[in-house]
Amino acid sequence: MSTVIVLAFTGLGLGALYFLIASGLSLIFGLMHVLNFAHGAILGVGAYVGWWAASHVGGGPGLRLLLAVLVGMATSTVLAALLELVLVRRLYDREIAQVLVTVGVGLALVALLQGIWGTDPRSYPVPGWMRETIHVGGAAIPQGRIVVIVVGALVLAAFVLFLRHTRYGLIVRAGVENRAMVTALGIDVRRAFTLVFALGGAAAGLAGALAGAYFGTVTPQLGSSLLIYAFIVVVIGGLGSVTGSAIAAVLVGLLQQFTNYYAASGLGDLSVVLLLAVVLLLRPQGLLGRPV
Amino acid sequence: MTRLRNPLAGLVLVVLLAVAPYSVLQVPGVLPGPLNSPGTLQVLAICLVFAALALSYDLLFGFTGLLSFGHALYFAIGGYVTAIAVSRWHWGLVPSVLAALLVTLVVAALSGAVSLRVQGIAFAMVTLAFAQAGSVLVVQDPLGVTGGEQGLGLDASGLPDLFVGVVNTRYLYWLALALAVVVYLVVRVVTQSPAGHVWSAIRENELRAGVLGLRTYAFKLAAFVIGSVLAALCGAVYVIVVGGASAGVTTADFTLSLLVMVVLGGSGVRSGAMLGGFAYMLLDQRLGSLAGAQSISALPAVLEVPLSQPLFLLGVLFVLVVMFLPGGLASLPRLLRRGGARERGRVREPGAEAV
Repeated sequence: MSTVIVLAFTGLGLGALYFLIASGLSLIFGLMHVLNFAHGAILGVGAYVGWWAASHVGGGPGLRLLLAVLVGMATSTVLAALLELVLVRRLYDREIAQVLVTVGVGLALVALLQGIWGTDPRSYPVPGWMRETIHVGGAAIPQGRIVVIVVGALVLAAFVLFLRHTRYGLIVRAGVENRAMVTALGIDVRRAFTLVFALGGAAAGLAGALAGAYFGTVTPQLGSSLLIYAFIVVVIGGLGSVTGSAIAAVLVGLLQQFTNYYAASGLGDLSVVLLLAVVLLLRPQGLLGRPV
Repeated sequence: MTRLRNPLAGLVLVVLLAVAPYSVLQVPGVLPGPLNSPGTLQVLAICLVFAALALSYDLLFGFTGLLSFGHALYFAIGGYVTAIAVSRWHWGLVPSVLAALLVTLVVAALSGAVSLRVQGIAFAMVTLAFAQAGSVLVVQDPLGVTGGEQGLGLDASGLPDLFVGVVNTRYLYWLALALAVVVYLVVRVVTQSPAGHVWSAIRENELRAGVLGLRTYAFKLAAFVIGSVLAALCGAVYVIVVGGASAGVTTADFTLSLLVMVVLGGSGVRSGAMLGGFAYMLLDQRLGSLAGAQSISALPAVLEVPLSQPLFLLGVLFVLVVMFLPGGLASLPRLLRRGGARERGRVREPGAEAV
């Protein structure tokens, strides 16, 4: 029983990381039909810059992790907003080109990370209390897992509140439904584009710092390896639906962990792809996506 | 480009490439040594394989408008099945390659049938997921045949003598050249066939093609399978040229690099895709040694760090091409000639309708 609980918390923690990345991707895609391939690299840059900032100050690991989170999030937010303003926006009528540009930026950013900080893993500041365990139903759970899960849930709540109860959220939701109509009403959707990119970047930066604390290290490839699962999460959840992404992220994280443990290590990744195939066969638009 | 000049120019190019191993021409900075040296021929052979691979991808992306991010999977299957059959099961080379093509045919038909249930970007993501599954299988190696991250060397005793040893590099080069010609001819024939016209109709407007009564799903699946089998052939030749399969060709980055090649060269244009694949690999292989050059390592870190990363330069170049040269390198001559002359072709953007 305790194994099941440990696996469940590990899966939920991983799911929370997937969700943090997928939420931004899903919104950007829903609104702009741009699959942001640079999202993983933006996460990586946020994680590295945060780590760099944290390794240049004194103080305990807790304070340094907080600094890494704040600096990382700020960097990712600015980077994502710049990506939209400088490159993506100029290709307004060329959706494929928008995707391609993010591919190029993603490649270049990861190469830049490798050039500056090398390919070796960098150890992230992890406060002692995150490594300590608490007992849940007889199972010892590292408190770091719980932090990641709680942050994931908070971000989900924040996104839902933002989308449901703010003016910009309304524009974004309407834009996801029918961009042409919103534009015809005289609302400048482009500002919503930048906003969504920035929000996605912030979530990615947060995910980068948390992934650093979760795994203990960061590598330049961290972003792209997480990004693929985030893509799968977005498709399973339904393009453009943040709640769908959250449900799918939890499903994917749990499935991966349980299969890895009870079947064989490595089969977890395959089972996720299998889940994707099944979902597509039964429900091509994803769990909460609108019918296509 | 006029219709008459094109085949002739292509023929001349092939003949020139075919006699290259007899030349001692040096291209300092671009090629590692004289043309007839094994090192240079190896580099050129790899570039030719990727020219063919890029064209096989362009059959999906440029000609049919299918934005697949899983093409590397079929290249990897072709390479790995060949390597496994030759090295582990001690099959002959020809049966091994045929087996690789057959396996690819089956896998591509199945995965294509599933992923084509969705369109546009979702299709891209699903194909990426399948490629990722392949990558996991290769790296984790549950059946103990792929060699995991170490890769799998090709057992030289299973190869014809012609393809073994450094002195025979020119035969590998000719093999790669033959591959490029074969893939070119196949793509030329199929894209000019009736099915090819349906593919371009799908690329331009799939809904309209469907309304005309064409079963677009079947046509897209056909393009997907043909492109995948061609990619597998490229994979088989690749492992022969480099002497083994490595897990690197299964990664998501590798898959993306195929897209970069095609767009750099010019998608939907046969010569463009091939040029893109060739140029990308040449840059990728040679920029690395450029980074080691003293002139670069002597630069201040602000310049040295980015310049020493081939992927950084390729990424930036790619962004610039997408932004300012939508037709890719292949559209450069036309852009330069543009002025008074009437414009025959258009700078189009394949796949734009698919999303």
